[in-house]
Amino acid sequence: MIDFVTDPLSQEFIRRALLEVGLISLASGALGCWVVFYGVSYAAESLSHALFPGLVIAALAGVPILVGGIPGIAIAALAIAVVGRVPGIGRDAAVAVVVTGFFGLGALLALSPSSPPGIQSLLFGDILAPSDSDLLISAILAVGVVASLTALHWRLLTVAFDRTTARSLGASPTVSDIAVLILLAGAVLVAAQGLGTLLAVAALVGPAATARVFTHRVGTMMAAASALGVCAGVAGLYLSYYAGLAAGASIAGCIVVGYLVALVLSGLRSLMERVAVPAEAA
Amino acid sequence: MALAEVLARAHELAAGYGRTPAVEGVNFEVSAGQRIALLGPNGGGKTTLLRALLGELRPMKGSIEVRVRTATVPQTERSRLDFPVSALEVALMGALPRLPWWKRPGHADREAARAALDRVGVANRAHDTFGDLSGGQRQRVLIARGLVQDAQLLLLDEPFSGLDVPAARGLESLIAELAAEGRGIVIATHDLAQARRWDAVVCLNKRQIAFGKPDDVLDRQVLEETYAGAIIEIPGSDRVGILPAHHH
Repeated sequence: MIDFVTDPLSQEFIRRALLEVGLISLASGALGCWVVFYGVSYAAESLSHALFPGLVIAALAGVPILVGGIPGIAIAALAIAVVGRVPGIGRDAAVAVVVTGFFGLGALLALSPSSPPGIQSLLFGDILAPSDSDLLISAILAVGVVASLTALHWRLLTVAFDRTTARSLGASPTVSDIAVLILLAGAVLVAAQGLGTLLAVAALVGPAATARVFTHRVGTMMAAASALGVCAGVAGLYLSYYAGLAAGASIAGCIVVGYLVALVLSGLRSLMERVAVPAEAA
Repeated sequence: MALAEVLARAHELAAGYGRTPAVEGVNFEVSAGQRIALLGPNGGGKTTLLRALLGELRPMKGSIEVRVRTATVPQTERSRLDFPVSALEVALMGALPRLPWWKRPGHADREAARAALDRVGVANRAHDTFGDLSGGQRQRVLIARGLVQDAQLLLLDEPFSGLDVPAARGLESLIAELAAEGRGIVIATHDLAQARRWDAVVCLNKRQIAFGKPDDVLDRQVLEETYAGAIIEIPGSDRVGILPAHHH
Protein backbone atom coordinates (compact mmCIF):
# COMPACT_ATOMS: atom_id res chain seq x y z
CA MET A 1 0.00 0.00 0.00
CA ILE A 2 2.81 2.37 0.97
CA ASP A 3 4.54 1.45 -2.27
CA PHE A 4 1.42 2.49 -4.11
CA VAL A 5 1.86 6.00 -2.72
CA THR A 6 5.64 6.30 -2.75
CA ASP A 7 6.43 4.54 -6.02
CA PRO A 8 5.39 7.47 -8.27
CA LEU A 9 7.16 9.89 -5.92
CA SER A 10 10.50 8.24 -6.65
CA GLN A 11 10.19 9.58 -10.19
CA GLU A 12 11.61 13.04 -10.77
CA PHE A 13 9.02 13.91 -13.44
CA ILE A 14 6.13 13.06 -11.09
CA ARG A 15 7.56 15.25 -8.32
CA ARG A 16 7.84 18.16 -10.75
CA ALA A 17 4.33 17.49 -12.03
CA LEU A 18 3.02 17.53 -8.44
CA LEU A 19 4.67 20.89 -7.86
CA GLU A 20 3.14 22.29 -11.05
CA VAL A 21 -0.29 20.90 -10.16
CA GLY A 22 0.00 22.43 -6.69
CA LEU A 23 0.78 25.88 -8.12
CA ILE A 24 -2.06 25.65 -10.65
CA SER A 25 -4.56 24.49 -8.02
CA LEU A 26 -3.57 27.08 -5.44
CA ALA A 27 -4.09 30.04 -7.78
CA SER A 28 -6.98 28.64 -9.81
CA GLY A 29 -8.98 27.36 -6.85
CA ALA A 30 -8.92 30.63 -4.93
CA LEU A 31 -9.50 32.81 -7.99
CA GLY A 32 -12.14 30.41 -9.31
CA CYS A 33 -14.46 31.51 -6.49
CA TRP A 34 -14.41 35.07 -7.83
CA VAL A 35 -14.77 33.77 -11.40
CA VAL A 36 -18.01 32.14 -10.22
CA PHE A 37 -19.25 35.19 -8.26
CA TYR A 38 -18.40 37.70 -10.99
CA GLY A 39 -19.97 35.48 -13.65
CA VAL A 40 -16.85 35.40 -15.84
CA SER A 41 -16.60 31.63 -16.46
CA TYR A 42 -17.17 32.26 -20.17
CA ALA A 43 -14.38 34.86 -20.16
CA ALA A 44 -12.09 32.28 -18.51
CA GLU A 45 -12.88 29.76 -21.22
CA SER A 46 -12.45 32.41 -23.94
CA LEU A 47 -9.10 33.67 -22.69
CA SER A 48 -7.69 30.16 -22.33
CA HIS A 49 -8.65 29.33 -25.93
CA ALA A 50 -7.65 32.67 -27.42
CA LEU A 51 -4.13 32.57 -26.05
CA PHE A 52 -3.41 29.43 -28.07
CA PRO A 53 -1.61 31.14 -30.99
CA GLY A 54 0.68 32.95 -28.52
CA LEU A 55 1.68 29.61 -27.01
CA VAL A 56 2.26 28.04 -30.43
CA ILE A 57 4.47 30.93 -31.55
CA ALA A 58 6.50 30.66 -28.32
CA ALA A 59 6.91 26.90 -28.83
CA LEU A 60 8.00 27.41 -32.46
CA ALA A 61 10.49 30.05 -31.32
CA GLY A 62 11.81 27.72 -28.61
CA VAL A 63 11.17 30.11 -25.68
CA PRO A 64 9.16 29.23 -22.51
CA ILE A 65 5.55 29.10 -23.66
CA LEU A 66 4.49 31.59 -21.00
CA VAL A 67 6.64 34.19 -22.77
CA GLY A 68 4.33 33.83 -25.76
CA GLY A 69 1.27 33.41 -23.60
CA ILE A 70 1.46 36.79 -21.87
CA PRO A 71 1.33 38.94 -25.03
CA GLY A 72 -1.05 36.37 -26.56
CA ILE A 73 -3.57 36.79 -23.77
CA ALA A 74 -3.19 40.59 -23.76
CA ILE A 75 -3.89 40.78 -27.52
CA ALA A 76 -6.85 38.40 -27.15
CA ALA A 77 -8.34 40.47 -24.31
CA LEU A 78 -7.85 43.67 -26.30
CA ALA A 79 -9.46 42.12 -29.40
CA ILE A 80 -12.45 40.98 -27.33
CA ALA A 81 -12.83 44.48 -25.87
CA VAL A 82 -12.58 46.16 -29.28
CA VAL A 83 -14.89 43.79 -31.20
CA GLY A 84 -17.37 43.91 -28.28
CA ARG A 85 -17.84 47.63 -29.01
CA VAL A 86 -18.75 47.17 -32.68
CA PRO A 87 -22.40 48.23 -32.92
CA GLY A 88 -24.85 45.58 -34.02
CA ILE A 89 -22.85 42.64 -32.65
CA GLY A 90 -23.74 41.27 -29.23
CA ARG A 91 -20.90 40.88 -26.73
CA ASP A 92 -21.31 37.09 -26.71
CA ALA A 93 -21.06 36.92 -30.49
CA ALA A 94 -18.01 39.21 -30.44
CA VAL A 95 -16.23 36.98 -27.94
CA ALA A 96 -17.12 33.88 -29.96
CA VAL A 97 -15.75 35.42 -33.19
CA VAL A 98 -12.47 36.47 -31.57
CA VAL A 99 -11.98 33.18 -29.73
CA THR A 100 -12.66 31.02 -32.78
CA GLY A 101 -10.48 33.25 -34.94
CA PHE A 102 -7.54 33.08 -32.54
CA PHE A 103 -7.96 29.39 -31.89
CA GLY A 104 -8.08 28.69 -35.62
CA LEU A 105 -4.93 30.76 -36.15
CA GLY A 106 -3.18 28.74 -33.44
CA ALA A 107 -4.31 25.47 -35.03
CA LEU A 108 -3.06 26.61 -38.46
CA LEU A 109 0.38 27.38 -37.03
CA ALA A 110 0.50 24.20 -34.93
CA LEU A 111 -0.52 21.86 -37.76
CA SER A 112 1.73 23.32 -40.46
CA PRO A 113 4.33 20.83 -41.78
CA SER A 114 7.22 22.92 -40.42
CA SER A 115 5.98 22.65 -36.80
CA PRO A 116 8.02 20.38 -34.53
CA PRO A 117 6.28 17.21 -33.31
CA GLY A 118 4.53 17.35 -29.93
CA ILE A 119 3.21 20.86 -30.31
CA GLN A 120 -0.35 19.56 -29.86
CA SER A 121 0.55 19.14 -26.18
CA LEU A 122 -0.31 22.86 -25.95
CA LEU A 123 -3.95 21.88 -26.45
CA PHE A 124 -4.02 19.32 -23.67
CA GLY A 125 -1.08 20.51 -21.62
CA ASP A 126 2.14 18.85 -20.67
CA ILE A 127 1.91 18.60 -16.93
CA LEU A 128 4.58 15.87 -16.83
CA ALA A 129 7.34 17.93 -18.43
CA PRO A 130 7.51 21.45 -17.02
CA SER A 131 10.93 23.06 -17.48
CA ASP A 132 12.67 24.93 -14.65
CA SER A 133 11.64 28.25 -16.14
CA ASP A 134 8.04 27.03 -16.56
CA LEU A 135 7.95 26.15 -12.86
CA LEU A 136 9.52 29.45 -11.84
CA ILE A 137 7.08 31.55 -13.89
CA SER A 138 4.16 29.47 -12.62
CA ALA A 139 5.31 30.04 -9.05
CA ILE A 140 5.63 33.80 -9.54
CA LEU A 141 2.19 34.05 -11.17
CA ALA A 142 0.56 31.81 -8.53
CA VAL A 143 2.03 33.78 -5.63
CA GLY A 144 1.02 37.04 -7.35
CA VAL A 145 -2.58 35.85 -7.80
CA VAL A 146 -2.90 34.70 -4.17
CA ALA A 147 -1.27 37.86 -2.76
CA SER A 148 -3.53 40.09 -4.88
CA LEU A 149 -6.63 38.17 -3.81
CA THR A 150 -5.60 38.57 -0.16
CA ALA A 151 -5.13 42.33 -0.52
CA LEU A 152 -8.27 42.90 -2.61
CA HIS A 153 -10.49 40.48 -0.68
CA TRP A 154 -12.80 42.99 1.02
CA ARG A 155 -13.26 45.14 -2.07
CA LEU A 156 -14.09 42.12 -4.22
CA LEU A 157 -16.45 40.87 -1.50
CA THR A 158 -18.26 44.20 -1.23
CA VAL A 159 -18.77 44.53 -4.98
CA ALA A 160 -19.91 40.90 -5.38
CA PHE A 161 -22.37 41.35 -2.48
CA ASP A 162 -24.04 44.49 -3.82
CA ARG A 163 -22.69 46.33 -6.86
CA THR A 164 -25.08 49.27 -6.51
CA THR A 165 -23.90 50.43 -3.10
CA ALA A 166 -20.27 49.23 -3.33
CA ARG A 167 -19.05 52.59 -4.58
CA SER A 168 -20.39 54.39 -1.50
CA LEU A 169 -18.26 51.97 0.55
CA GLY A 170 -15.08 52.80 -1.33
CA ALA A 171 -15.14 49.70 -3.57
CA SER A 172 -15.38 50.49 -7.29
CA PRO A 173 -17.21 47.83 -9.34
CA THR A 174 -15.22 48.79 -12.47
CA VAL A 175 -11.85 48.45 -10.72
CA SER A 176 -12.93 45.13 -9.18
CA ASP A 177 -14.09 43.78 -12.56
CA ILE A 178 -10.77 44.74 -14.17
CA ALA A 179 -8.78 43.28 -11.26
CA VAL A 180 -10.64 39.95 -11.54
CA LEU A 181 -10.02 39.82 -15.31
CA ILE A 182 -6.29 40.61 -14.96
CA LEU A 183 -5.89 37.96 -12.26
CA LEU A 184 -7.91 35.60 -14.43
CA ALA A 185 -5.46 36.14 -17.29
CA GLY A 186 -2.59 35.28 -14.91
CA ALA A 187 -4.29 32.14 -13.59
CA VAL A 188 -5.27 31.00 -17.09
CA LEU A 189 -1.63 31.32 -18.15
CA VAL A 190 -0.49 29.11 -15.27
CA ALA A 191 -3.25 26.56 -15.82
CA ALA A 192 -2.91 26.45 -19.62
CA GLN A 193 0.78 25.73 -19.30
CA GLY A 194 0.10 22.54 -17.35
CA LEU A 195 -3.36 21.44 -18.43
CA GLY A 196 -3.49 22.86 -21.94
CA THR A 197 -5.73 25.52 -23.38
CA LEU A 198 -8.69 23.14 -23.65
CA LEU A 199 -8.66 21.91 -20.04
CA ALA A 200 -7.43 24.99 -18.14
CA VAL A 201 -10.93 26.24 -17.40
CA ALA A 202 -11.67 23.00 -15.50
CA ALA A 203 -9.10 23.93 -12.83
CA LEU A 204 -10.58 27.42 -12.55
CA VAL A 205 -14.28 26.70 -12.35
CA GLY A 206 -14.54 23.07 -11.15
CA PRO A 207 -13.04 23.23 -7.62
CA ALA A 208 -14.79 26.57 -6.89
CA ALA A 209 -18.17 25.21 -7.99
CA THR A 210 -17.56 22.11 -5.83
CA ALA A 211 -16.54 24.17 -2.77
CA ARG A 212 -19.63 26.38 -3.17
CA VAL A 213 -21.84 23.33 -2.54
CA PHE A 214 -20.70 22.81 1.05
CA THR A 215 -19.17 26.10 2.30
CA HIS A 216 -20.98 29.16 3.67
CA ARG A 217 -18.27 31.85 3.66
CA VAL A 218 -16.12 33.15 0.83
CA GLY A 219 -12.84 32.69 2.78
CA THR A 220 -13.50 29.01 3.55
CA MET A 221 -14.77 28.50 0.01
CA MET A 222 -11.47 29.79 -1.41
CA ALA A 223 -9.40 27.60 0.91
CA ALA A 224 -11.59 24.58 0.16
CA ALA A 225 -11.41 25.19 -3.61
CA SER A 226 -7.60 25.35 -3.51
CA ALA A 227 -7.42 22.18 -1.38
CA LEU A 228 -9.90 20.36 -3.64
CA GLY A 229 -7.89 21.39 -6.69
CA VAL A 230 -4.69 19.99 -5.14
CA CYS A 231 -6.46 16.71 -4.20
CA ALA A 232 -7.93 16.34 -7.69
CA GLY A 233 -4.51 17.13 -9.18
CA VAL A 234 -2.72 14.50 -7.07
CA ALA A 235 -5.48 11.93 -7.70
CA GLY A 236 -5.34 12.66 -11.42
CA LEU A 237 -1.57 12.23 -11.56
CA TYR A 238 -1.74 8.89 -9.74
CA LEU A 239 -4.57 7.76 -12.00
CA SER A 240 -2.52 8.73 -15.01
CA TYR A 241 0.58 6.95 -13.61
CA TYR A 242 -1.13 3.66 -12.83
CA ALA A 243 -3.78 3.53 -15.56
CA GLY A 244 -1.55 4.93 -18.28
CA LEU A 245 -3.98 7.75 -19.10
CA ALA A 246 -3.19 11.28 -20.29
CA ALA A 247 -2.28 13.34 -17.20
CA GLY A 248 -4.12 16.57 -17.98
CA ALA A 249 -7.31 14.76 -18.92
CA SER A 250 -7.08 12.57 -15.77
CA ILE A 251 -6.82 15.69 -13.58
CA ALA A 252 -9.76 17.39 -15.33
CA GLY A 253 -11.73 14.14 -14.95
CA CYS A 254 -11.01 14.01 -11.20
CA ILE A 255 -12.16 17.64 -10.82
CA VAL A 256 -15.47 16.84 -12.53
CA VAL A 257 -15.94 13.64 -10.47
CA GLY A 258 -15.33 15.71 -7.31
CA TYR A 259 -18.08 18.11 -8.32
CA LEU A 260 -20.52 15.29 -9.06
CA VAL A 261 -19.77 13.64 -5.68
CA ALA A 262 -20.37 16.96 -3.88
CA LEU A 263 -23.69 17.40 -5.70
CA VAL A 264 -24.83 13.88 -4.77
CA LEU A 265 -23.77 14.33 -1.11
CA SER A 266 -25.52 17.69 -0.89
CA GLY A 267 -28.66 16.18 -2.44
CA LEU A 268 -28.57 13.34 0.10
CA ARG A 269 -28.07 15.80 2.96
CA SER A 270 -31.10 17.94 2.05
CA LEU A 271 -33.12 14.74 1.54
CA MET A 272 -32.16 13.53 5.04
CA GLU A 273 -33.01 16.95 6.52
CA ARG A 274 -36.44 16.81 4.91
CA VAL A 275 -36.99 13.30 6.29
CA ALA A 276 -35.69 14.28 9.75
CA VAL A 277 -37.84 17.39 10.20
CA PRO A 278 -41.26 15.65 10.05
CA ALA A 279 -39.90 12.89 12.32
CA GLU A 280 -38.92 15.49 14.96
CA ALA A 281 -42.22 17.28 14.57
CA ALA A 282 -44.18 14.06 15.12
CA MET B 1 -33.96 76.26 21.77
CA ALA B 2 -30.83 76.48 19.61
CA LEU B 3 -31.28 75.64 15.96
CA ALA B 4 -30.10 72.13 15.12
CA GLU B 5 -27.07 71.80 12.86
CA VAL B 6 -27.93 71.50 9.15
CA LEU B 7 -26.44 68.27 7.75
CA ALA B 8 -27.51 68.57 4.11
CA ARG B 9 -29.24 71.13 1.95
CA ALA B 10 -30.62 71.12 -1.61
CA HIS B 11 -31.29 74.36 -3.51
CA GLU B 12 -33.23 74.36 -6.79
CA LEU B 13 -31.72 70.94 -7.42
CA ALA B 14 -32.33 69.02 -10.64
CA ALA B 15 -30.80 65.55 -10.92
CA GLY B 16 -31.14 62.56 -13.18
CA TYR B 17 -29.55 60.39 -15.82
CA GLY B 18 -28.60 61.45 -19.34
CA ARG B 19 -30.06 64.84 -20.32
CA THR B 20 -33.53 64.74 -18.76
CA PRO B 21 -33.76 65.32 -15.01
CA ALA B 22 -35.61 62.58 -13.12
CA VAL B 23 -36.50 65.14 -10.47
CA GLU B 24 -36.22 68.94 -10.35
CA GLY B 25 -37.04 72.02 -8.30
CA VAL B 26 -35.88 70.37 -5.06
CA ASN B 27 -35.40 72.67 -2.05
CA PHE B 28 -35.07 71.16 1.40
CA GLU B 29 -32.69 70.67 4.29
CA VAL B 30 -32.00 67.92 6.80
CA SER B 31 -30.93 68.84 10.33
CA ALA B 32 -29.33 66.74 13.04
CA GLY B 33 -31.91 64.64 14.86
CA GLN B 34 -34.48 64.96 12.07
CA ARG B 35 -36.33 62.16 10.27
CA ILE B 36 -37.41 63.20 6.79
CA ALA B 37 -39.63 61.19 4.46
CA LEU B 38 -39.23 61.34 0.70
CA LEU B 39 -42.81 60.58 -0.32
CA GLY B 40 -43.89 59.84 -3.84
CA PRO B 41 -44.92 57.21 -6.35
CA ASN B 42 -42.51 54.79 -8.00
CA GLY B 43 -40.54 56.74 -10.59
CA GLY B 44 -41.24 59.99 -8.74
CA GLY B 45 -37.52 60.66 -8.13
CA LYS B 46 -36.98 59.32 -4.59
CA THR B 47 -34.06 57.04 -5.45
CA THR B 48 -32.55 59.72 -7.72
CA LEU B 49 -32.60 62.19 -4.83
CA LEU B 50 -31.01 59.60 -2.51
CA ARG B 51 -28.23 59.07 -5.07
CA ALA B 52 -27.68 62.81 -5.32
CA LEU B 53 -27.39 63.01 -1.51
CA LEU B 54 -24.87 60.18 -1.65
CA GLY B 55 -22.79 62.12 -4.17
CA GLU B 56 -23.26 59.56 -6.96
CA LEU B 57 -25.16 62.01 -9.19
CA ARG B 58 -24.01 65.55 -9.92
CA PRO B 59 -26.65 68.29 -9.93
CA MET B 60 -27.85 69.16 -13.45
CA LYS B 61 -29.12 72.45 -12.05
CA GLY B 62 -28.99 74.06 -8.62
CA SER B 63 -26.89 72.64 -5.83
CA ILE B 64 -26.77 69.98 -3.17
CA GLU B 65 -24.53 70.35 -0.17
CA VAL B 66 -23.86 67.44 2.19
CA ARG B 67 -21.74 68.41 5.19
CA VAL B 68 -21.37 65.08 6.98
CA ARG B 69 -20.46 61.47 6.29
CA THR B 70 -23.39 59.74 4.62
CA ALA B 71 -24.33 56.06 4.42
CA THR B 72 -26.95 54.32 2.35
CA VAL B 73 -29.24 51.50 3.49
CA PRO B 74 -30.51 49.97 0.24
CA GLN B 75 -33.43 47.62 -0.25
CA THR B 76 -32.03 44.23 0.71
CA GLU B 77 -33.56 42.58 -2.34
CA ARG B 78 -30.90 44.42 -4.33
CA SER B 79 -28.06 42.54 -2.64
CA ARG B 80 -27.46 38.88 -3.32
CA LEU B 81 -29.26 36.87 -0.68
CA ASP B 82 -27.51 33.66 -1.76
CA PHE B 83 -24.09 35.26 -1.31
CA PRO B 84 -21.97 33.43 1.33
CA VAL B 85 -21.37 36.37 3.66
CA SER B 86 -22.12 36.73 7.40
CA ALA B 87 -23.97 39.61 9.07
CA LEU B 88 -20.70 40.59 10.76
CA GLU B 89 -18.88 40.71 7.41
CA VAL B 90 -21.61 42.95 5.95
CA ALA B 91 -21.31 45.33 8.91
CA LEU B 92 -17.50 45.26 8.53
CA MET B 93 -17.81 46.54 4.95
CA GLY B 94 -18.59 49.87 6.63
CA ALA B 95 -14.92 50.09 7.65
CA LEU B 96 -13.66 50.06 4.03
CA PRO B 97 -14.04 53.78 3.19
CA ARG B 98 -11.41 54.69 5.79
CA LEU B 99 -8.93 51.95 4.79
CA PRO B 100 -6.41 52.13 1.91
CA TRP B 101 -7.36 49.70 -0.88
CA TRP B 102 -4.82 47.02 0.01
CA LYS B 103 -5.68 46.92 3.71
CA ARG B 104 -8.06 44.49 5.37
CA PRO B 105 -10.28 45.48 8.32
CA GLY B 106 -8.43 44.90 11.58
CA HIS B 107 -9.28 44.04 15.18
CA ALA B 108 -10.58 47.52 16.03
CA ASP B 109 -12.85 47.47 12.95
CA ARG B 110 -14.21 44.08 14.00
CA GLU B 111 -14.97 45.43 17.47
CA ALA B 112 -16.74 48.43 15.92
CA ALA B 113 -18.80 46.11 13.70
CA ARG B 114 -19.77 43.92 16.68
CA ALA B 115 -20.74 47.01 18.70
CA ALA B 116 -22.84 48.31 15.78
CA LEU B 117 -24.67 44.98 15.43
CA ASP B 118 -25.28 45.06 19.17
CA ARG B 119 -26.56 48.65 18.90
CA VAL B 120 -29.18 47.70 16.32
CA GLY B 121 -30.20 44.56 18.21
CA VAL B 122 -28.86 41.75 16.03
CA ALA B 123 -25.62 40.84 17.86
CA ASN B 124 -26.90 37.29 18.30
CA ARG B 125 -27.08 36.84 14.50
CA ALA B 126 -23.55 38.15 13.80
CA HIS B 127 -22.27 34.83 12.45
CA ASP B 128 -25.39 33.89 10.49
CA THR B 129 -25.49 34.17 6.71
CA PHE B 130 -26.97 37.54 5.70
CA GLY B 131 -29.50 35.96 3.32
CA ASP B 132 -30.84 33.69 6.10
CA LEU B 133 -31.93 36.66 8.23
CA SER B 134 -35.47 38.06 8.22
CA GLY B 135 -36.20 41.23 6.24
CA GLY B 136 -36.17 43.38 9.38
CA GLN B 137 -32.88 41.88 10.58
CA ARG B 138 -31.28 42.49 7.19
CA GLN B 139 -32.30 46.16 7.37
CA ARG B 140 -30.76 46.37 10.84
CA VAL B 141 -27.48 44.82 9.63
CA LEU B 142 -27.29 47.37 6.80
CA ILE B 143 -27.99 50.17 9.31
CA ALA B 144 -25.17 48.74 11.45
CA ARG B 145 -22.91 48.98 8.38
CA GLY B 146 -23.82 52.68 8.21
CA LEU B 147 -22.94 53.07 11.90
CA VAL B 148 -19.54 51.44 11.28
CA GLN B 149 -19.08 54.06 8.53
CA ASP B 150 -19.68 56.57 11.34
CA ALA B 151 -22.31 58.23 9.17
CA GLN B 152 -24.20 61.22 10.55
CA LEU B 153 -26.71 61.06 7.72
CA LEU B 154 -28.45 57.76 6.94
CA LEU B 155 -30.36 57.28 3.68
CA LEU B 156 -32.95 54.49 3.83
CA ASP B 157 -34.58 53.30 0.60
CA GLU B 158 -38.06 51.84 1.27
CA PRO B 159 -36.89 50.22 4.54
CA PHE B 160 -40.36 48.95 5.50
CA SER B 161 -41.12 47.27 2.21
CA GLY B 162 -41.89 43.60 2.81
CA LEU B 163 -41.73 43.81 6.63
CA ASP B 164 -44.53 42.49 8.87
CA VAL B 165 -46.10 44.83 11.44
CA PRO B 166 -43.93 43.92 14.49
CA ALA B 167 -40.73 44.14 12.42
CA ALA B 168 -41.80 47.50 10.98
CA ARG B 169 -42.62 48.87 14.47
CA GLY B 170 -39.24 47.68 15.77
CA LEU B 171 -37.41 49.32 12.88
CA GLU B 172 -39.40 52.52 13.36
CA SER B 173 -38.35 52.82 16.99
CA LEU B 174 -34.71 52.07 16.08
CA ILE B 175 -34.87 54.92 13.54
CA ALA B 176 -36.29 57.22 16.25
CA GLU B 177 -33.43 56.27 18.62
CA LEU B 178 -30.77 56.88 15.96
CA ALA B 179 -32.30 60.30 15.23
CA ALA B 180 -32.42 61.10 18.95
CA GLU B 181 -28.65 60.50 19.01
CA GLY B 182 -28.29 63.42 16.59
CA ARG B 183 -28.25 61.69 13.21
CA GLY B 184 -30.23 62.88 10.24
CA ILE B 185 -32.37 60.15 8.67
CA VAL B 186 -33.84 60.36 5.17
CA ILE B 187 -36.42 57.67 4.40
CA ALA B 188 -37.73 57.07 0.88
CA THR B 189 -41.25 55.68 1.11
CA HIS B 190 -44.52 55.47 -0.76
CA ASP B 191 -46.40 54.82 2.51
CA LEU B 192 -48.41 57.92 3.47
CA ALA B 193 -49.22 56.69 7.00
CA GLN B 194 -45.49 56.25 7.71
CA ALA B 195 -44.59 59.65 6.27
CA ARG B 196 -47.09 61.34 8.61
CA ARG B 197 -45.11 60.09 11.62
CA TRP B 198 -41.74 61.62 10.66
CA ASP B 199 -40.55 65.16 11.43
CA ALA B 200 -40.75 66.45 7.87
CA VAL B 201 -41.74 65.27 4.43
CA VAL B 202 -40.57 66.04 0.90
CA CYS B 203 -43.31 65.23 -1.65
CA LEU B 204 -41.90 64.27 -5.04
CA ASN B 205 -43.41 63.51 -8.39
CA LYS B 206 -40.68 64.28 -10.92
CA ARG B 207 -40.45 67.65 -9.18
CA GLN B 208 -40.79 68.76 -5.59
CA ILE B 209 -44.48 69.26 -4.78
CA ALA B 210 -44.03 70.32 -1.15
CA PHE B 211 -41.64 70.31 1.82
CA GLY B 212 -42.50 70.83 5.48
CA LYS B 213 -44.01 69.25 8.58
CA PRO B 214 -46.39 66.43 7.61
CA ASP B 215 -49.39 68.08 9.31
CA ASP B 216 -48.75 71.33 7.47
CA VAL B 217 -48.13 70.04 3.97
CA LEU B 218 -49.95 66.72 3.53
CA ASP B 219 -53.29 68.16 2.40
CA ARG B 220 -55.50 66.87 -0.35
CA GLN B 221 -54.14 69.12 -3.07
CA VAL B 222 -50.49 68.17 -2.38
CA LEU B 223 -51.34 64.47 -2.29
CA GLU B 224 -53.30 64.66 -5.54
CA GLU B 225 -50.36 66.34 -7.22
CA THR B 226 -47.92 63.87 -5.70
CA TYR B 227 -49.92 60.80 -6.66
CA ALA B 228 -51.58 62.24 -9.76
CA GLY B 229 -55.16 61.59 -8.69
CA ALA B 230 -55.23 58.22 -6.97
CA ILE B 231 -56.66 59.66 -3.73
CA ILE B 232 -59.60 58.28 -1.77
CA GLU B 233 -61.56 59.67 1.18
CA ILE B 234 -61.23 57.52 4.29
CA PRO B 235 -64.82 56.91 5.46
CA GLY B 236 -65.61 58.30 8.93
CA SER B 237 -62.56 60.58 9.05
CA ASP B 238 -61.54 63.84 7.48
CA ARG B 239 -58.30 62.30 6.25
CA VAL B 240 -57.48 61.02 2.82
CA GLY B 241 -55.59 57.92 1.78
CA ILE B 242 -53.79 56.74 -1.32
CA LEU B 243 -54.75 53.79 -3.41
CA PRO B 244 -51.48 51.90 -3.50
CA ALA B 245 -50.04 51.29 -6.93
CA HIS B 246 -49.24 47.72 -5.93
CA HIS B 247 -49.53 45.40 -2.94
CA HIS B 248 -46.59 43.63 -1.31
